[in-house]
Amino acid sequence: MNLMMLLEMAASGLGDRVAVGSRTSGLTYTELFDKAQAAACRYRNSGVEAAVLCDESSHAVPIALFGSAWAGVPYVPLNYRLPPDDLLALAGRVGSAVAVTDDINLDRLASIDAVATVQQGTFLADPAGGHDTGAEPGDWNMDPDDIAVLLFTSGTTGTPKSAVLRQKHLVSYILGSVEFMGAGEDEATLVSVPPYHIAGVAAMLSSVYAGRRIVQLPRFDPHAWIDTIEAEGVTHAMVVPTMLTRIVDALDERGGDPLLGVQALSYGGGKMPRPVIERALELFPITNFVNAYGLTETSSTIALLGPDEHRIAQYSDAPTERARLASVGRPLPGVEVVIRDVEGIDLPAGEVGEIFVRGEQVAGEYRENGSLLDADGWFPTRDGGYLDADGFLFVQGRNDDVIIRGGENMSPGEIEDVAISHPNVRNAAAIGVPDREWGEKIVLVAVADGTNTDTVELEDLIRSRLRSSRVPAHIVFVDELPHNDTGKLLRRVLREDYAHLGDGPTG
Amino acid sequence: MVDLKAGARFQSTVCTTEVIVVKGAGEVDLTCGGAPMVAAGTASIDGSPAAGAAEGTQLGKRYGNEAGTIEILATKAGDGSVAADGEALVIAQAKTLPASD
Repeated sequence: MNLMMLLEMAASGLGDRVAVGSRTSGLTYTELFDKAQAAACRYRNSGVEAAVLCDESSHAVPIALFGSAWAGVPYVPLNYRLPPDDLLALAGRVGSAVAVTDDINLDRLASIDAVATVQQGTFLADPAGGHDTGAEPGDWNMDPDDIAVLLFTSGTTGTPKSAVLRQKHLVSYILGSVEFMGAGEDEATLVSVPPYHIAGVAAMLSSVYAGRRIVQLPRFDPHAWIDTIEAEGVTHAMVVPTMLTRIVDALDERGGDPLLGVQALSYGGGKMPRPVIERALELFPITNFVNAYGLTETSSTIALLGPDEHRIAQYSDAPTERARLASVGRPLPGVEVVIRDVEGIDLPAGEVGEIFVRGEQVAGEYRENGSLLDADGWFPTRDGGYLDADGFLFVQGRNDDVIIRGGENMSPGEIEDVAISHPNVRNAAAIGVPDREWGEKIVLVAVADGTNTDTVELEDLIRSRLRSSRVPAHIVFVDELPHNDTGKLLRRVLREDYAHLGDGPTG
Repeated sequence: MVDLKAGARFQSTVCTTEVIVVKGAGEVDLTCGGAPMVAAGTASIDGSPAAGAAEGTQLGKRYGNEAGTIEILATKAGDGSVAADGEALVIAQAKTLPASD
């Protein structure tokens, strides 16, 4: 198996259709195939171990991704917004590489001996770099165990690790979840997640196989997103929660007129505040919403909540159906999910534990510490959650974020959900800070509308819906919560910022 | 007979059809155009599909048997039609999973 198999099929089935870019000037599948071949010639003739891309979204992304698969070297997208020292530390771990990069990082990466840099515009103009030969159609390696992509985890909890995704994982994911040429000729998807995010990688692959034109938005801005939707005739889009929050606000600023052209909008990559998704369902009244749950280590989506469940939740009076809006839906065909307790025992429906996942797309492997799959192929996600009686999965957040107060484990998610249900609270994060008496105590950091949100009222709300042990010791109001580039809440930053509220031993 | 296991690739010897196995079932007599299929890239194309086995194989379509134990995906289209142990394989129902990324 090889990712090039997917592009070869697209090029042979719909060669003249535009694969990426605008309708009039984009690259067709045949042109993308040819440029991937040219890039493969460059990679092979350079004799490197990896194909790095350190740049925002451009046509260079699919060219480098497929070109590297053709050449048989891992594709390694790096976060171009990292501070120079952090970027060099990561790039230095990759080995010998050709790095396609923006102007800002060109000299930085060139300082590493093993890295040959090429500026993005130069690469786009001549992907082969003067090498005419070295890659022939069909001569890519079909070994399913070849490494296709190395993705550095965001490192929100420590030093970034490189997740290993082999050809078999990504190809299995696409063949298992996407219908070949399933997209109509007029369909286009807007990719606004950066190339170094798993969703950015998966979007290239699934769109190519579906035959859906890719439109790229390099720097997310809610107004640019809305304008691009309209200008480019975009029908599909994937966003992370922070993006949808800003899109909803921007649409409301523009008068709250619904956006009708979007047929399908998927979201994932973090917890979606309920008021945001509820408003989005109103602003996109005829759009099919999909909540997708997945991890880098699982080749993107492993469970999804489909369009019908969203609308049922929106209009239903039944509590279980309304609650589904907070669910990530059911596992994909070919993916199994179980919930286990700390002893590794499978838990019944309704009980909270760690989410384990198994399937052909599940890689669960890092370059630094090998495979994390157990003997039966199960991958521990380190996410907490539960399955309801109908098999809907509810994710409650990273196990690393669990607050342990007086020996009692509490998920920040349950406290946040209640806090956000207060009409004035837009977003909230619950963290634990050291406490001499309880080990940890709860600090709730909240973003509120208006200035006179009453902390006592908020405490009462949490006390009435949860146990009194969940009532925060401190409630702090802020203008916004810290997120990384791809919308992940930075709890580590909050724990540092509010450590002074703690009074116990630190560290 | 070929070993039909997930990920294995086979080609027709009488048309351009190539397939990858999605769901395998061990040793199977896999044919295309009436002639045995062989490991992809190991043979040249010679002759043409036999009458009765020339309905064609469509690019990107999944083909399966009645029992549901075999599923193959056409990675290259061709004029021959595919069969396993003498049973014609038919196009499997398209998946209707919504786009998620």
